[in-house]
Amino acid sequence: MAVMTYRDALNMALREEMRRDGRVFLIGEEIGLYDGAYKVTQGLLKEFGPQRVVDTPIAESGFTGVGIGAAMVGLRPVVEMMTFNFALLALDQIVNSAAKMCYMSGGQFNVPIVIRGPGGPAAQLAAQHSQSMETYFYHVPGLKVVRPTTPMDAKGLLKAAIRDDNPVIFIESETLYHVKGEVPEDPEFLIPLGKALVRREGTDVTVIAYMGMMYRAMEAAEDLEKEGISVELVDPRTLRPMDTETIINSVRKTHRCVVVEAGAGFAGMGSEIGAFVTEQAFDDLDAPVERVTGANAPMPYARNLEKLKTPSKDRIVAAIRRVCNVNGS
Amino acid sequence: MAKTLTRSGTSSGLGVDAAVARQLLGDMLLIRRFEEKAAEAYALGKIGGFLHLYIGEEAVAVGTTSMLRPDDYAISAYREHGHCLAKGSDPKRVMAELFGRRDGLSKGKGGSMHLFDKGTNFLGGHAIVGAHLPIAVGVGFAIKYRGGDQVIVCYFGDGAVPEGEFHEAMNLAALWKLPVLFLCENNRYAMGTSTDRALAQTEIWKFAETYGVPGERVDGMDVLAIRDAVGRAVARARTEKTPSLIEADTYRFRGHSMRDPAGAVYRTREEVEREKLRDPIVLFREKVVSAGVLSEADARAVEKDVNDRIDEAVAYADASPEPPGEWLFTDIYKES
Ligand SMILES: Cc1ncc(C[n+]2csc(CCOP(=O)(O)OP(=O)(O)O)c2C)c(N)n1
Ligand SMILES: [Mg+2]
Repeated sequence: MAVMTYRDALNMALREEMRRDGRVFLIGEEIGLYDGAYKVTQGLLKEFGPQRVVDTPIAESGFTGVGIGAAMVGLRPVVEMMTFNFALLALDQIVNSAAKMCYMSGGQFNVPIVIRGPGGPAAQLAAQHSQSMETYFYHVPGLKVVRPTTPMDAKGLLKAAIRDDNPVIFIESETLYHVKGEVPEDPEFLIPLGKALVRREGTDVTVIAYMGMMYRAMEAAEDLEKEGISVELVDPRTLRPMDTETIINSVRKTHRCVVVEAGAGFAGMGSEIGAFVTEQAFDDLDAPVERVTGANAPMPYARNLEKLKTPSKDRIVAAIRRVCNVNGS
Repeated sequence: MAKTLTRSGTSSGLGVDAAVARQLLGDMLLIRRFEEKAAEAYALGKIGGFLHLYIGEEAVAVGTTSMLRPDDYAISAYREHGHCLAKGSDPKRVMAELFGRRDGLSKGKGGSMHLFDKGTNFLGGHAIVGAHLPIAVGVGFAIKYRGGDQVIVCYFGDGAVPEGEFHEAMNLAALWKLPVLFLCENNRYAMGTSTDRALAQTEIWKFAETYGVPGERVDGMDVLAIRDAVGRAVARARTEKTPSLIEADTYRFRGHSMRDPAGAVYRTREEVEREKLRDPIVLFREKVVSAGVLSEADARAVEKDVNDRIDEAVAYADASPEPPGEWLFTDIYKES
């Protein structure tokens, strides 16, 4: 194990997979000469050269299509979206081409592509540059969607995504790049897609969260421990396919469920989790599933409004108390 | 600002009289000082997020706007403080927006990248590269639809040219003969990517030929040259509904944003220093003073006036309160 940042863990995953497999190449804006807008690809141009670290003009739909074409005939592209906000320009290629190619061709052409980059709320970047993007993708059959919370997950999941034979949407976070954690140095360390993780065991309530919201939920759990509420934290890690089994098992144990997500709540991740928990574990629930979500509003620029947009620790604590039927102090 | 400045007979040979010279100099200086103050405020944490400075490129916005009427439209990307101020927005309210305060142009909800001012027909402030080009074509469409003779100026960077939307927009405006002036501010870099690493055709004005519309390249550091080129394009747009493409050869003196150091890896310090010798404000000031259009004292008076206005803008922004919490949920839809 080594202690490193989330950013360096991603860099390590890319480097290892490029060393392992000559078909893996990187393509995107500012990833080579500039070493990455957020420095995730630092040093890779130097090691692998311009054939495998391809700087592009600003043409997201174009270079995503290029990645899909290359993947159809045997390469394994990793496309960087400088931020996922710009993936919307490539949404047609991702949804109508990458996601459906295998199905439309009756299994003849699969698209082993990873589309990665930072997404989600970021400091005062306002409506067009600060938004949770996963909902746009996890609705689509044929795509896999990953949101890695820790440096270890960042490495293990990215490597698994690159080795996966299907299109994987891999959304990192600008606000987590500097976070440090333990990361296995083993080049064969992989975390399978579609497996959730219980990050903290507890007995009174299951809280489901990922990315920045997991860190916030962790703080809430520690606060509540002092009041005698025992919180179990489950991180789905892969949003599609979702590991419903781990979540259901946890809810069967705790009988209560709270979902925390940064994005706008309407038709969000919490809606889906709330639905399958109700369908599969209705008799085990002692309270309705609660959602703590981002406000149903675009992201404002002003700092004070921005704070109100994303779930706070206090809101998470309050929701947990509500489902546990405990009044706040 | 935003008065139409026409050529008037002078003996200077520059084609501008003292009033016009004073206005051009003042408008460019206003943008320069505004942004210098914004950079200071950013360092103090009063402005957050991304802040993209226009310093070095002021002649383009000022020269262009000086050939527009107040009822003409302008639209821009995220490096738009200059375009917005030139179009006539109150620096106080622009600064308040950058500070995220309730008296900002967009009530503090938009920030530096999303300035909008309905009062001056300034249509934003768009942070997704290329997105506003088709929007500009839509404005041109509406002008023609209503039978008006306004024009829309669409400012965009060299970085938007490789996006599909540039080509779609050019083709649509040409096909439907719409009064759109595409004004490319070619500052040679899109973040760290120089135009020769992004474009198969680096002479951007030549794309006009492909779409069968007039195109030309102009010295973007020469406010008078810009006025000439824009004047021709605006006349064509008004009378013949012909779109044009102007490529202004300019340069940003600062980094891409406050997070990107000015002398970053993609260009040399020497190059930046050399380009600073083309400072559009210094050049214009020298030109009008040496031609006798303005006296040294006139120029000083312009500078003093600008400094006072910017101090006022900062004080105003500082004093403006934060937007109230309920505003998180207002303006999502238009309430009618
Ligand atoms: C569609 C899209 N892709 C990427 C970005 C990130 N980005 C912001 S500015 C920029 C460079 C644009 O350069 P240019 O158009 O030349 O304008 P300049 O910054 O030079 O004024 C990039 C890549 C973005 N905002 N939108
Ligand atoms: Mg540029």
